[in-house]
Amino acid sequence: MKTLATLFKNNLREYGMLIALIVIMLYFQVATEGTILKPVNITNLVLQNSYIIVMALGMLLIIIAGGIDLSVGSIAAVIGAVAAVLMVKLDVHWSITMIVALLVGAIIGAWHGFWVAYVKIPAFIVTLAGMLIFRGLTLATLEGEAVGPFPVEFQRLSTGFIPDFFNYKGFHVTTMLIGVVLSIVLIAIDIRARRNQQKYGFEVTPFYFFIAKNLTITAAVLGLCYLMASYKGLPNVLVVLFILIAFYTFITNQTVLGRRIYALGGNEKAARLSGVNTPRLLFYTFVNMGALAALAGLIVAARLNTATPKAGDGFELDVIAACFIGGASASGGIGTIIGAVVGAFVIGVMNNGMSILGIGIDWQQAIKGFVLLMAVFFDVYNKNKN
Amino acid sequence: MADEIILEMRNITKTFPGVKALNNVNFSVRQGEIHALVGENGAGKSTLMKILSGVYPHGSYGGEIYFQGKECRFRDISHSEEVGLVIIHQELALIPFLSIAENMFLGNERASHGVIDWNEAFFRTKEFLDRVGLHESPSTLITDMGVGKQQLVEIAKALAKKVRLLILDEPTASLNESDSQKLLQLLLQFKAQGISSILVSHKLSEVSQVADSITILRDGATIETLDCHKDKITEDRIIRGMVGRDLTHRFPPRESKIREVIFEVRDWNVYHPIHTDRKVSTNINLHVRTGEVVGISGLMGSGRTELAMSIFGRSYGRHITGTAYKHGKEIDISTVDKAIDAGIAYVTEDRKNYGLVLIEGIKNNITLTNLDAVSNGVAIDEPRETSVANRYRDQLNIKCSSILQKAVNLSGGNQQKVVLSKWLFANPEILILDEPTRGIDVGAKYEIYTIINRLASEGKAIILISSELPEILGVCDRIYVMSEGKIVGEMPASEASQESIMRCIMRQAEVIGS
Repeated sequence: MKTLATLFKNNLREYGMLIALIVIMLYFQVATEGTILKPVNITNLVLQNSYIIVMALGMLLIIIAGGIDLSVGSIAAVIGAVAAVLMVKLDVHWSITMIVALLVGAIIGAWHGFWVAYVKIPAFIVTLAGMLIFRGLTLATLEGEAVGPFPVEFQRLSTGFIPDFFNYKGFHVTTMLIGVVLSIVLIAIDIRARRNQQKYGFEVTPFYFFIAKNLTITAAVLGLCYLMASYKGLPNVLVVLFILIAFYTFITNQTVLGRRIYALGGNEKAARLSGVNTPRLLFYTFVNMGALAALAGLIVAARLNTATPKAGDGFELDVIAACFIGGASASGGIGTIIGAVVGAFVIGVMNNGMSILGIGIDWQQAIKGFVLLMAVFFDVYNKNKN
Repeated sequence: MADEIILEMRNITKTFPGVKALNNVNFSVRQGEIHALVGENGAGKSTLMKILSGVYPHGSYGGEIYFQGKECRFRDISHSEEVGLVIIHQELALIPFLSIAENMFLGNERASHGVIDWNEAFFRTKEFLDRVGLHESPSTLITDMGVGKQQLVEIAKALAKKVRLLILDEPTASLNESDSQKLLQLLLQFKAQGISSILVSHKLSEVSQVADSITILRDGATIETLDCHKDKITEDRIIRGMVGRDLTHRFPPRESKIREVIFEVRDWNVYHPIHTDRKVSTNINLHVRTGEVVGISGLMGSGRTELAMSIFGRSYGRHITGTAYKHGKEIDISTVDKAIDAGIAYVTEDRKNYGLVLIEGIKNNITLTNLDAVSNGVAIDEPRETSVANRYRDQLNIKCSSILQKAVNLSGGNQQKVVLSKWLFANPEILILDEPTRGIDVGAKYEIYTIINRLASEGKAIILISSELPEILGVCDRIYVMSEGKIVGEMPASEASQESIMRCIMRQAEVIGS
């Protein structure tokens, strides 16, 4: 039987960042004297970081495919501007506006994808150009000023909470129920995966480790839901996030599409000679990124209740950092959705914690940069050691 | 003089986590000799050479190294180069977009106070190029030269470092026949000048041609050192030492059951993808029958790979014209996808760059060409995929810890089996195998030939591209000879010999020359 130490060592990469996230949270919990884990702050944390996570999902696919997208902040801004003009100046219904916005995002993604995948200009250059182009178009669309406010229904995308079907005072029962159901589903999935592994003779982690892992995850899910429930319940955004994370995890882990994206990033030539239409696949990862950046743009606009020319400035860096902190490889072919989400939370918790502590934006930037470097160093070090 | 020992490695032991790569290996080289180091893949040749050149520094292994009578404890490669030990790796370490002169003195610049004296650098470069018989301007970019010439630049570079002992790791693996010969002549020339060489090679014909002594490694231990001047050493004798048994047949026997023509290419013309006015394939006509193994023989650069890749979904070249027929009906094979659907598979000569996703596991590599067969169109059926991968592992005898092992960690022979598995899983009727045994050892080669025979007996049509004439003669039913992008000869294997094939090629060269 393996000792706990070797087990820990072998799975260091998989759980390393998660452990780092917990350590960071605990540190801020002590340093902020309990503020960070207060229900209201947890809710805030999720709302503040939701758009980073949304974009990280798309960015991860692009990075796995071997590309990069520097334009996501500008796409989010231009979409916010388009939505604002449609709703505020042209009185278009909010639901139609959202559909149009997502479509425009996908078209912008297709624009980048075309240059990268078919004309074969490096993604770095194409999206650097896109970053400038769409920032400029944001200014033009808004004519240089902030546009708002938005209809209440639209704002709910960011500021609303799911309805409670049990009117229990001071506690959101539906949220807690969802938490319980989610825990059961997650455990069931893990049990099934373990059975499959055993059936095909793969090495599985020891049983006590399996139990400990599931207990931790269940505790985290239930704990989070409990905190949310004692405030206003689950934010709408979080529901959207859960669905997206589940969807993209499925895509990357279990589908033909996902497998091909990994192969494309791992060895483009081999993938092409295996019958994978590599240009088209790369093209679609950019279309997908455009749509997700658009969704993030809508979330940001709804949260601020106004579209500003500066919206989304510098988002691309947080999003890319989230992917790399989460273990994605800059040369493509490697990365997980869960890793990117954890990476986004690492950045989010640090942003939030340092703000509560009153650390200035100057030091925040420096510290975040350092954490990114250390996370990647940790990766490289681990790889060399093996 | 000739019996003086220049290098002695004593009781070298090297352990990697979980494996003992070298176990008390003793190896010594005499002054002014060509010493061949042979052994199957994984026997420990590369590890031994990495220890010798300082890639694995002193302290990471057990045992001692004596060079010119002094004990050496190398910290790194530059340290071993200081005393005159230069290793030339299989993968050349030249910078493609720099000139010969710039590469020649990289890290060893002709400079005073950090300012490079280009006149001196060019002058000296010319001198060394002359010594290796390479007539190129020192300002030629590496990327504009063929592999054979690049190899010579590497050797010139070693000369510039005042080499005493030259280590060549598979130097002729990617060279054609005439370039290989040139290289071997050069080694003999060096020998006359008193420079010793260690030649690590799989090509036993070359080894027996030039070596003065041969050391055989097997499973991390020295088996024996043969003196080529005392006894007559045959290739079979070397093979016996390498595999530890007699390999009476290098090619497994086969009963050919050849039926109707299944695949045919007519009037196939291909132009170079960048220099679009240059033709790389001219009026090619070829066909293959069910159950037949057809060889395409020819020197490196004769356009075999280009032809194969242009047929396989136009993966190479431009302005491709010509028609392809299957069972007499014209088929569309204009993309890789369509070619696969038409039942064609192309097993590349360059498995690391074109065949495998190295960072992924065996399982994912095997199913990549035919994911539809292990999925419902969207989601992959993991259990079904696993059983497919396990089936091929057993059938082709892929040696691995599990089917999740990454392809990068497999030996050459096993990597080749993974690439084969991947294409077998696509269930093709026509298989194009491009140099399927390049860089793999004798035992694994035999296994690959056995697989080829089995596929032919199952009724697949096989096109085998190979630079090794014995292989073409030993495995094929019929042979096409290619030269300069044209088919210059066709003959049944029963009537062919190495001489007749070479004659075809030479005749073509004369026609072009005249």
